[in-house]
Amino acid sequence: MRAPLWHLAWRSLANRSLTVALTVLAVAISVAMLLGVERLRQDAREGFARTVSGTDLIVGARSGPVQLLLYSIFHLGDATNNVSWRSLQSIAAHPQVAWLVPLSLGDTHRGFRVVGTSRAFFEHYRHGRGRTLAFEQGRAFDGVFEAVVGAEVAARHGYVPGQRIVVSHGAGGLGSAEHDDRPFTITGVLARSGTPVDRSVLVSLEAIEAIHLNWSGGVRMPGLDLPAERIERFDLTPKAVTAALVGLKSRTAVFSVQRHVNDFRDEPLLAILPGATLQQLWSMLAIAERALLAVSALVVVAGLAALVAVMVAGLNERRRELAILRALGAGPGRIFVLLALESQFIAVLGCATGLALVHTGILVGAPWLEARFGLELQAGWPGSSEWRMLAFVLLAAAVASLVPGWRAWRQSLAEGMTIRI
Amino acid sequence: MVEGHPAVRFRDVVFRWPGAGRPCIDIPAFELARGDQVFLQGPSGSGKSTLLSLVGGVVLPERGGITVLGVPMERLGAQARDRHRAAHIGFIFQLFNLIPYLSGLDNIVLPCRFSQQRARRAQPSPREEALRLAGCLDLDSHTLRRPAAELSVGQQQRVAAARALIGRPELIIADEPTSALDAGRQRVFLDLLLEQCAEAGSSLLFVSHDERLASRFPSALRLDEINRAGCFA
Repeated sequence: MRAPLWHLAWRSLANRSLTVALTVLAVAISVAMLLGVERLRQDAREGFARTVSGTDLIVGARSGPVQLLLYSIFHLGDATNNVSWRSLQSIAAHPQVAWLVPLSLGDTHRGFRVVGTSRAFFEHYRHGRGRTLAFEQGRAFDGVFEAVVGAEVAARHGYVPGQRIVVSHGAGGLGSAEHDDRPFTITGVLARSGTPVDRSVLVSLEAIEAIHLNWSGGVRMPGLDLPAERIERFDLTPKAVTAALVGLKSRTAVFSVQRHVNDFRDEPLLAILPGATLQQLWSMLAIAERALLAVSALVVVAGLAALVAVMVAGLNERRRELAILRALGAGPGRIFVLLALESQFIAVLGCATGLALVHTGILVGAPWLEARFGLELQAGWPGSSEWRMLAFVLLAAAVASLVPGWRAWRQSLAEGMTIRI
Repeated sequence: MVEGHPAVRFRDVVFRWPGAGRPCIDIPAFELARGDQVFLQGPSGSGKSTLLSLVGGVVLPERGGITVLGVPMERLGAQARDRHRAAHIGFIFQLFNLIPYLSGLDNIVLPCRFSQQRARRAQPSPREEALRLAGCLDLDSHTLRRPAAELSVGQQQRVAAARALIGRPELIIADEPTSALDAGRQRVFLDLLLEQCAEAGSSLLFVSHDERLASRFPSALRLDEINRAGCFA
């Protein structure tokens, strides 16, 4: 005899559709926030983890491992010091080192980082499960004043191969100096990779050297204009770079090469294992993540409290209804179940709406988040941790539903079928 | 349940609401015969509602025995009493008898959803029986489809009567069902109720403060004559 209660609960809710809809919305928003934060957290992690693969060591000037990882790979923050070209050459000559890709950072193009590197970058930089960078259009840079742009850079400004761009000194922005005497020609546009490369302009190390030839202390030296054709005659070998990606012949040598770099005699250097340092980063961020989750959980508690408040407040108006049901033969237990059922129904509807809200949000917001923060969100079926959270919310809702049920049960015991007008 | 038992029998029943100092009900003897239609007159505060709660098995007496259709209430647990009430008793109250969010028709078939016995006895089906009863009580199908909250008081009381009668319960208890109706409608309602109870073979216990209605019933009693206590606050 469950059927009449389902029927009653459903009709009773339908009758109070506005109140119910608002309560469902309150629960839905809280659930959406909880799931949204979780999804953001997971996808951010996954995005970070996907960014660098196939690189055994990252070498930079001695600083913090996390700091080196952040500025070299994720273009977050700046290097405090450079690595001399001579030291890099020496590391590259280590018998265990298979390849070494130098990175030179510091300049920008319209807010996007300019990365000076070698052509080996396109061969050795890997993301996801070992995927190399692919060209959407054109080819890698060859000459000094040639550049390859990332997918996001090209999309934002509509760049195609053959166009000319100008690089700014430093972070760019108002009043910053432009290397406008030496424009670059775009030779290639990279396919989207979901990594910071999408938001980078890649040029050769020689180019970085060349545009700074007649510069000193961050400004161009007046009266020292160098025509582009004369530049080729200078020695454009860099004196220092920001960092380098290193690949080894055998992974087993990773710790011995790391020790070799860390104990380097000529200058203080640091070598990190990208995966291990990423773990270190997560453990640093864990507190913030947990705080965010805790806040979301509290919002869910608030949503459920609103649900209980609405149901309990409604009980007073429903005294007569419950008394009639008692007279028709519904025991206090049935009254309890009816109220609990109604509350649980609102909670389930709230969870479903919340889930739909998150996924609509992801579909709508994903392009913006990716363009703005390089955060790639996956729309799709909720993952196991999201199901776990939903189950947890439903469990909490089931417990919360007991409160209106219990109140109604007590009320129907105390008043029986005596009807008070 | 044996035929021949009285519909309701009270023996030395004393009841006191929790927290109340004095008993509210003190009835040495009261009996309602099978198929009888009894008018029980009592002013407010004479213990009418409490008496009905006792008959319905919603509360149990402190002392004494109440037998409803041959079943001693004190021998049943709370759930069994709820089931007994659902299966054998139809209630009509003074006002706002209906579940506001259900249609008139859904209200009428509600007892059949709570009791399989009532559902079985509503022939050929609860829905058709509800429509037949509604027809007898001058309710058209359009009225029955509307939510109960939109019906007039007179229509509501007739829907309540049909709900009490569906599935032919042995006992109908009416608590001031006509007090919200004007004199003309009171007469019509009473006629319909008495007729339908007779047809269903149900005993009727009709409680009201209005002694003018007493003449319509085969037998009439005054509550203050059988109840030695009172329920004044």
